[in-house]
Amino acid sequence: MDSHAIATEHGEHELHDEAHPAYLRHHFVTVDQQRETASFGMWLFLLTEIMFFGGLFMAYLLYRNWYYDAFVASSNTLGIGLGTTNTAVLIMSSFTMAMGVYSAETRNRKGLMTSLSLTILLGLVFLGIKTIEYHDKYTEHHIPGASFSVEDFVHPTDKRDVPLAPDMAQHAQLFFFLYFAMTGMHALHMIIGISILFVLLFQAYHGAYVNGHTSTIDNFGLYWHFVDIVWIFLFPLLYLISRHPLK
Amino acid sequence: MSNTTGPVSHEHHIVGPKTYLLILTALMVLTATTTGAAFINMGVFSPIVALGIACLKAVLVILFFMHIRYSSKVMMLTVGAGFFTFLVLITMTLSDYISRNWGLW
Repeated sequence: MDSHAIATEHGEHELHDEAHPAYLRHHFVTVDQQRETASFGMWLFLLTEIMFFGGLFMAYLLYRNWYYDAFVASSNTLGIGLGTTNTAVLIMSSFTMAMGVYSAETRNRKGLMTSLSLTILLGLVFLGIKTIEYHDKYTEHHIPGASFSVEDFVHPTDKRDVPLAPDMAQHAQLFFFLYFAMTGMHALHMIIGISILFVLLFQAYHGAYVNGHTSTIDNFGLYWHFVDIVWIFLFPLLYLISRHPLK
Repeated sequence: MSNTTGPVSHEHHIVGPKTYLLILTALMVLTATTTGAAFINMGVFSPIVALGIACLKAVLVILFFMHIRYSSKVMMLTVGAGFFTFLVLITMTLSDYISRNWGLW
């Protein structure tokens, strides 16, 4: 029986095998259309995320202008080494995630599992370094609230630091509030991301996402890269731009 | 097939490891640059340089890691609209606050 005979006998079914794989939902005409619709929807969600983090960025920019001296002094208490390391770790995890998307598209199950595992690992390293930084803030009494101490800002131990007036030093709490809100929200996104990664890894282990249907992996990749972009902006704003304050 | 006049959908493009490695290298170099630049006193230009590099890094991630470089125009427009709206949030709010007590800050 040649293929033409099959086509006339079971025309509909043969089409289903080639242009209509099982994962193509009936309300889409082509696989490309389904793929683009899925990633369009994901981007709409990411746009709401831009506005969510945007509000925090906006608050940071405004208060940095209002309480400039307090923000400069507070920003310089953050460790630039840990910040840079974390930036590199997160960019690396974005690369491994991108390789995960590539592996899914090229139907490479092993590559996909390796990439997802490495992404999980790098994500956990990032959170580990973040925990060390948070712990430093705790021991320095730089967590805003009842146990916050203005001591480091009113009587700085480093001779190069300009002492702040006590009322301005109180505004350092605002910096640390925004620091914890922004990095905390970012970390929460990473914790959610890592949890989803474990599920994806489990599913990939059982053979998912290497049959041509990669939308879930694609969309998770978009989420992970977005979280990376948020950090790309948090890093200079929190750690870098206050090293040389204007007099 | 009945869909010859069907939806215009963008042809899928697979981005390869070569591109990803190149972008990874660029992002790492830019990270080192921005950290190095933070130790140089550039006055008012320090934040501008730092945020400029951050924007460049973000654009690289969006275009290549997030495949927007290879996406359809409607996707590019959607992403552009999102960041444009964010810029509106920043510029409108800051220009309001800055102009409110003109000369007093």
